[in-house]
Amino acid sequence: MAAPKFDVPKLTGFIEVPLLKEGASAHIKSFPASDVIQEGIGYPGPLVDGWHDKAIAKMGDLLGRYRSLQVFMDACVHCGACTDKCHYFIGTADPKNMPVARQELMRSVYRRHFTFAGKYFPSLVGAKDLTEETLQDWYSYYYQCSECRRCSVYCPYGIDTAEVTMAGREILDTVGIGQKYTNEIIGKMHKIGNNLGLPGPALADTLEGLEEDIFDNTGVPVKLPLDLEGAEIMLVTPSADFFAEPHVESLIGYAKVFHAAGISWTLSSKASEAGNFGLFIGSYENMRRGAMRIRDAALDLGVKRVVVGECGHAWRVAYSFWNTLTGVGHGGDDPFSKQLQKQLDPKYPAPQHICEFTYDLIQQGKLKFDKSLNDHRIITFHDSCNVARGSRMSDMPGGQFIIPREIIKAVANNFHDMQAETIHEGTFCCGGGGGLLTDDLMELRVKGALPRMEAFNNVVQEKQVNFLALICAICKSQFSKVIPYYGFDMSMVGGVHQLVATAILLEVPEETEQESEAEESEA
Amino acid sequence: MLRCQGGEPSITPKNNYGKRCLLNELLQGMYMSFLTVLFACLFYAATAILVVGLLLKIRTYARTPAPLKIPTTPAPTTKGGVVLRLTREVALFESLFKSNKWIWLFGYLFHAALLLVTLRHLRYFTEPVWTPIEMIQPFGMYAGFAMVAGLAGLWARRFLVDRVRYISTPSDHLILMLLIAIGLSGLGMTFVAHTDIVAVKAFMLGLMVFDLQPLPTDPILLIHLSLVALLMIIFPISKLLHAPGIFFSPTRNQTDDPRDRRHLSPWAAKLESGTQSKADA
Repeated sequence: MAAPKFDVPKLTGFIEVPLLKEGASAHIKSFPASDVIQEGIGYPGPLVDGWHDKAIAKMGDLLGRYRSLQVFMDACVHCGACTDKCHYFIGTADPKNMPVARQELMRSVYRRHFTFAGKYFPSLVGAKDLTEETLQDWYSYYYQCSECRRCSVYCPYGIDTAEVTMAGREILDTVGIGQKYTNEIIGKMHKIGNNLGLPGPALADTLEGLEEDIFDNTGVPVKLPLDLEGAEIMLVTPSADFFAEPHVESLIGYAKVFHAAGISWTLSSKASEAGNFGLFIGSYENMRRGAMRIRDAALDLGVKRVVVGECGHAWRVAYSFWNTLTGVGHGGDDPFSKQLQKQLDPKYPAPQHICEFTYDLIQQGKLKFDKSLNDHRIITFHDSCNVARGSRMSDMPGGQFIIPREIIKAVANNFHDMQAETIHEGTFCCGGGGGLLTDDLMELRVKGALPRMEAFNNVVQEKQVNFLALICAICKSQFSKVIPYYGFDMSMVGGVHQLVATAILLEVPEETEQESEAEESEA
Repeated sequence: MLRCQGGEPSITPKNNYGKRCLLNELLQGMYMSFLTVLFACLFYAATAILVVGLLLKIRTYARTPAPLKIPTTPAPTTKGGVVLRLTREVALFESLFKSNKWIWLFGYLFHAALLLVTLRHLRYFTEPVWTPIEMIQPFGMYAGFAMVAGLAGLWARRFLVDRVRYISTPSDHLILMLLIAIGLSGLGMTFVAHTDIVAVKAFMLGLMVFDLQPLPTDPILLIHLSLVALLMIIFPISKLLHAPGIFFSPTRNQTDDPRDRRHLSPWAAKLESGTQSKADA
């Protein structure tokens, strides 16, 4: 790890609300997207002629298409309830990272152009014209929001800054200002099928390699099938699971669970990405286009169930939006959704989270574990923001908090939660969500992780915790990279199904037992 | 009688002094009726702006689609659950309580007191007065103090907390000033300088049936009424829209059932007509 060019916050044992430091993070800007990247996802670039009128027209369009935006622009009373809730504000002290101030960047322009008071008494109500400077401010601060929705929990009117950030990014994209990291990845998803740009043959190779690894380690022929037509279940997982560490450990976990359950399953080379960065830029069209791959793959393979791997925003898109976007769900009565929904097994939720799937099997007693195999780990669990505040698991509200913890407790002996105000719906973002997981934003990522690191450090000190269990690909990548800045080892980061993989007991077939014995005697 | 009294001018002057008195009374009568007409017009206009403005805004909120399911979870899975969630939000300020106890305390104090005070004022608009409204009169009178105290607390935060100071606009301060001035002028009439409340009631009852009755001319009453009218006028064009807004907030009013029910807005459904899944083609 190279020495950082910024001050890494010191851990104090408390999550402190800082005094304002105006402009403290004004210099933090992610790289802009090139024209080619912009075109790849249907936007112009660079800044177009007539941008002012086009931006205002786009704002009007979004106000007419999204009730959330219209209500959120009007309802804020500047009460201040949200001001100390954002991890980026806590980490940077920049007042424009307070949720209300972030919203205000857009609200001031909304007032000027769309309200009576702002048209005739602009200075009274803080209405401002849209200038190129404003656009630059939008670009800085709408890409310093991870759309984690923590502020929406605490707002008395439920104003969700994520909705405003998404609208801000969409307006920016419309006039030719995009972010390289997010938009490039959306382009790859459209073109190749996953965020990492991993083509089908490479994926097949990777999966074969994993099968060999698992066999070598366990003597059990656990399969990771690809494009298996007629399989019962299609697993859609973030592409990072295919080779990034520690993500791949969880993929091995899913495969072992499917194997132990004896249910036929498959991955799809077409739906080789659960992530959907279209969400991050608020683009319904891009999000829908990305999600259509899952629908198409499910129809092609004729699967009866769709299960989603460990990924936070992907689970929000899958759980909350897939039924709307592409008919992966139940209860549709139009031809488009019925075409797929008549194929899906109504006995199971569609889509289903891998944690729901594993938890059901545990409940039915179909999985066997030796919990002591995880005894070297003292575990805590980080609720991923999109799972915690934008989705659910099981039939019960709050199931998304219970199920991952119950799985951990079923496979390991040592579990401790972090302090109450930093878990469940109050969880702090890892600092890298919402399209900010890029090295050009490293300062923001490190500072944004501060509140989570404080809470984590407290359980490390008090309970000797040495494992941060996650159910999100972005959280895994972010923490692996960022916790060394706070003095922790990156091996402390891992997935919930990595813990499952460690403790699960698989039946070793007789012939392989003999083989491995023979191998041992040879050696 | 050496002094002119308010009310109907006397028509039987007894002497020269009385003639001047008649003139005076006539002038005062004209002045009064001018004021009465002015305030009647003001209240008709303010009521029209409030009602029409709010209805237009509510229509906009209701007609704007919410294309995606975005309740802040954990969220209720049934409509009944959503009604409960919104009720807790409106009656108890549940989210604000989770967020910040000071804002909750001052905000709740103000809103609860405002509710009591408003209910108490119903006695100026009803004849006979409903029994429950009769019963809350004493509480409503003192609620005025609680209301001003809550507002003062909220205003103090705008100066004392640096984060709240940063986000406060001139209109935030002015609205608090307006509400405090309404509260203080009201308290002034209740506890310091009484006005002819019977006449005020006659004026209000008359207003509602378009039969103008003379309005007393005490400055404190006129100030109180003007400020209330101003509040009604700015309601639909200011942040006071948080009142209807909460009911339309998708993060609070949506059910958490996206896997069981397909939720499709009209504009999103149009995207589907051209782009059937390839297996369909």
